[in-house]
Amino acid sequence: MMTTLKNIALWFERRLHLVKLYEQTAGHPVPKSTGSWFYTFGSMTLTCFVIQIVTGIFLAMAYVPSAAEAYHSLELLNYTQPLGWVMRGMHYWGSMMMVIVMMCHMTQVFLWGAYKYPRELTWLSGCVLLVLTLGLAFSGQVMRFDADAYWGVGIGAAVGGRIPFIGDQVVHLLLGGPIIGTDALSRFFSLHVFILPGSVLAFVSIHLRLVLGKGINEQPKPGVLVKRDTYDQYYHGIIKREGVPFAAILNKDVVANGILLLVIVALTLFVGPKGPGIPANPPLVIPEAKPDYPFLWLFAAAALLPNGSEVVLFFIFPTVAAIALFALPFISNEGEKHWRRRPVSIAIVIISYLGVGLLTWEAITGPWSPHMDAWSGLPIKAEYVKGRTPLELSGAVVFQDMQCRNCHAIAGEGGHRGPDLTQVATRMTNPQLVRQVIQGGGNMPAYGKNLSPEQTRALVAYLCSLHPPNVPPAREAVGVLKPIGENQPTPSPTPVPVAVRGEK
Amino acid sequence: MASSDPNEGNAHEMPKYDWRATRRDFLLKLGVGVNAVAAALIGIPIIGYFVSAVVQKKQPTWISLGSIDQFPEESTRMAVFMNPYRTQADGDTAHIPCWVKRAHGEDFTVFAINCTHLGCPVRWFEQSKLFLCPCHGGAFYEDGTHAAGPPPRGLYHYEHKVEKGELVIRAGVLPTLADPNA
Repeated sequence: MMTTLKNIALWFERRLHLVKLYEQTAGHPVPKSTGSWFYTFGSMTLTCFVIQIVTGIFLAMAYVPSAAEAYHSLELLNYTQPLGWVMRGMHYWGSMMMVIVMMCHMTQVFLWGAYKYPRELTWLSGCVLLVLTLGLAFSGQVMRFDADAYWGVGIGAAVGGRIPFIGDQVVHLLLGGPIIGTDALSRFFSLHVFILPGSVLAFVSIHLRLVLGKGINEQPKPGVLVKRDTYDQYYHGIIKREGVPFAAILNKDVVANGILLLVIVALTLFVGPKGPGIPANPPLVIPEAKPDYPFLWLFAAAALLPNGSEVVLFFIFPTVAAIALFALPFISNEGEKHWRRRPVSIAIVIISYLGVGLLTWEAITGPWSPHMDAWSGLPIKAEYVKGRTPLELSGAVVFQDMQCRNCHAIAGEGGHRGPDLTQVATRMTNPQLVRQVIQGGGNMPAYGKNLSPEQTRALVAYLCSLHPPNVPPAREAVGVLKPIGENQPTPSPTPVPVAVRGEK
Repeated sequence: MASSDPNEGNAHEMPKYDWRATRRDFLLKLGVGVNAVAAALIGIPIIGYFVSAVVQKKQPTWISLGSIDQFPEESTRMAVFMNPYRTQADGDTAHIPCWVKRAHGEDFTVFAINCTHLGCPVRWFEQSKLFLCPCHGGAFYEDGTHAAGPPPRGLYHYEHKVEKGELVIRAGVLPTLADPNA
């Protein structure tokens, strides 16, 4: 019996050379120190990619890549196809986790100096994989083909239209036609299911071949410098002293990947798939259009950077970033690998994460976007109208009716594009408020043409009543000092028509 | 690690091969030539297919928005037209909205829905007479000029005319900074 089995095994071995394959892959020697939790992010990224392929194949069985049908086919997946929502959820959360663990992987190899000699190409192929993965995330959100996706393509076209000289051509190439429609969706579909995954497979092969060929980066020691002349010998020395088979250090990867899979399953079961949101019907003018998490920081930057800096944000910054990433292993090819002796690298990581993190947070709260329904949907709390004069009350109506609330909050409720006006009277005098309302400025439209003098007077009277009971309103600093109360309502001893005093 | 040849298990010693053997060399060159011609014959249509949207660029065409009576004087209303280049697969996305401002008589202005900053849909607010964009807070006055926020210019206009009591606009191409259409 045993001999028969052995003969069968040998028969396969003579044809497949599995022993040799094992020696070159799972059996190839790596430094023992690489058996570290910090070294598990690469395999986690690959696991996410496998999840994306498997769930993506099943999604493609139901998904119809046409502008007329895509939304409906996603609803079928969500509600009719048994477990379709699970496939969608795992595909969505798998993609989010893929971006996250890929960033962890990149940060780790950056801080561990793994991009230095002789692993330059490993880093470069990883950079290509980063771009491809972000491309998959962006094209994937277009697949959802709801209003966010539709206007997301519109944003892509608008960015394309800003490219000098060839902008128009880029827009038509991107959309596959003159306007956003099914041709645009089909192009992104081809990208998402053929071009990008195929390219990822190719570059993952190169990436892994390089990892096997050049060995995994040993845990760097502070003070041990990489030199092109001596490194190979140094690495062989490590392998000789403490080399172990690659398979022997996979235990932590196995655990980490198991946890990763459980996280994806948990997010799928407890949070569920994303959308589809409002249908992609252009006349439904949507209240907001936001991209998925990986692109929120860009979305925020487009709002927060000074007007006119879009060229910098969309063209110069990505170009410089790409050049920096690709040039890194050549700029810093030798020398110290340990992060403790590379303060600039630590600063780069901290600044990048803080920047992206803060911008993402800003994008989630979106303080620059008008709250499109605030004027019709948010009441003014009683304490901000109580005890007001008829003029001030009619000003409160003007304030609400003229959509001031869409950009200005009162007591934190409303838009946050402009300043919160809860205590505006303590900052601005009556004439200043009149000027601001009529002329606008500082990112506020001028209302001069749209408000009658009576409306302006009432509105400003109301704004002048917005101050806490114990803080007097602002007064003119220059000119003839008029008695308090002549130009602006003030806390007079008798019934006080002023804000935020709540119950007397 | 001398044995990096993946085929080593099969590798056999072989006599040194002369790559310049003339007949084989000729056949190889012939083969490369045939394949180059084939590559061009296959590649040109592929590239042509890919760039057809640019090479045979669709131009805006005249589209009726219907009777001018549906637009009261001194008002701004949304109008929806059908993409002239629509196909059946376009579904709802063939419905393209625009904002029609009628001052008086036949004095119309037709604005594209797309914000000039990054293309998001602007919404008209009748009371404050402003167009507001939900994405990054761009604002435009009633006449389409820039009021506030990051947009680099006023709203895009569609070319328009009044014909037999109908408002007709020249549209069908997404307006962008590179091609504002009009």
